Amino acid sequence: MAYLVLIGTRKGLFTATSDNRHDWVLKGPHSLDADGFTAVSEIYATAADPATSRLLVAAESPHFGPSVWSSDDLGATWTEPEAAPLAFPQDLPYRPLDFSDTAGVDQPGSGRSNTVKRVWQLAFSPARPGRVWAGVEPTSLWSSDDGGATFTFNRALWDHPHHETWGSGGGGPAVHTIIPDPHDGDKVTIAMSTGGIYQTSDDGRTWDGITKGITVDFGPDPEPESGQCIHKVARDAEGTLFTQNHGPVYRREKDGWANVSAGLPSEFGFALTAHPSRPGTAMVWPVVSGMYRFPPDHRLAAWRTDDSGDTWAPWGTGLPDGDYFTPVLRDASCTDGAADPAWYFGTRSGDVFAAVDSEGTWRPVAEHVPDVLCVRAIETT
Amino acid sequence: MGAIDVKLPAALASECGGARHLTVDLPPEATLADVLDRIDATHPRLARRLRDEAGQLRRYVNIYIGEDESRRLQGLGTPVAGHDIQILPSIAGG
Repeated sequence: MAYLVLIGTRKGLFTATSDNRHDWVLKGPHSLDADGFTAVSEIYATAADPATSRLLVAAESPHFGPSVWSSDDLGATWTEPEAAPLAFPQDLPYRPLDFSDTAGVDQPGSGRSNTVKRVWQLAFSPARPGRVWAGVEPTSLWSSDDGGATFTFNRALWDHPHHETWGSGGGGPAVHTIIPDPHDGDKVTIAMSTGGIYQTSDDGRTWDGITKGITVDFGPDPEPESGQCIHKVARDAEGTLFTQNHGPVYRREKDGWANVSAGLPSEFGFALTAHPSRPGTAMVWPVVSGMYRFPPDHRLAAWRTDDSGDTWAPWGTGLPDGDYFTPVLRDASCTDGAADPAWYFGTRSGDVFAAVDSEGTWRPVAEHVPDVLCVRAIETT
Repeated sequence: MGAIDVKLPAALASECGGARHLTVDLPPEATLADVLDRIDATHPRLARRLRDEAGQLRRYVNIYIGEDESRRLQGLGTPVAGHDIQILPSIAGG
């Protein structure tokens, strides 16, 4: 077997390949465009389709704006459409980016028009070939039915009555998580920060908020239906949702959410990934608190549950045992979906690690690349 | 009609087959917006590197009309007759 890891960083896309998931060959930063400016662009979103091996990368150039590139040869060549893959309809009334945006000041040069600032998430739909969902800043959802070449703006989510309560987290107001149902192409779960968790069961024509029951400690209402700081959501192999919030880690239950943080060294964190085939198994990378964003005890550790969050424990050997001062960002963890999957995560220090589930040993995939913003992995043969 | 020479930065040259210049023919009353609209018609990917979908110049894209940056003139409404145009991305970043 062979494996490919896509590593999106603050400056460019890196790739790593391996035949055994122990020894990795790192390449990059890649120039997706012929002139090379994407080698220093921010890569907030990548996606790899297990069914077709098609790759997608969203790059945001500070100079030349955002765009989406695709590759059908495992990254040997990249294609970008002539027309903008995503562009807001300009007859759409302007929506402020957040509560502080009273004069469009967060969009220099863009006045009071809605414009795509950044693509935060790309997700292939396992149940609908060709469908790709994109989560975008400002907070919006888009869909493509041509494999990610062109995207259509989802007006139903934009018009959701909660929209006025959605705002900007530290990174910007965006849909940052998209989880297409693996069996039903009409069902999708999304999350935004700030905002909440929403689901559709009719291919995006209507959206229901499911955030009620998650508590916050930063606002007057301890259980707001919206305006929540959701950091990440993951779906386990049986469809149970977990969320790493600004506050605790939660497990979705029949009519609400259960706080399952009791076994963790802290409630705060960003990244969360579920095992692709073993129900109740997930991993998080705790951070001390919202005000002290370092790993607990300044030690890098992945915390794992195998009982749906009832208990947690540090998992795996091989991580650096000295001081470590940077967190794992919200989209910088994943698995490769193999029968015996490997777990992957990257840090703001530019280190990426992989560990095969049955082995439990973390090995370096990349070292000293720029801040890791997103990681995706795929079995390629 | 008059020919306007548009000089491109190296970082965008591939959008014009490697050329560093574009020539657009426009009427005497043409503005910078007209120049960019014409580029959009023939080189849409190059055009969206320069302006967002609302038609506004991207923050770190500077366009000189003669010797003055367009934001110091009349922005996209600046008349361009008799001037060459140069596109210069800001030198910025860490």
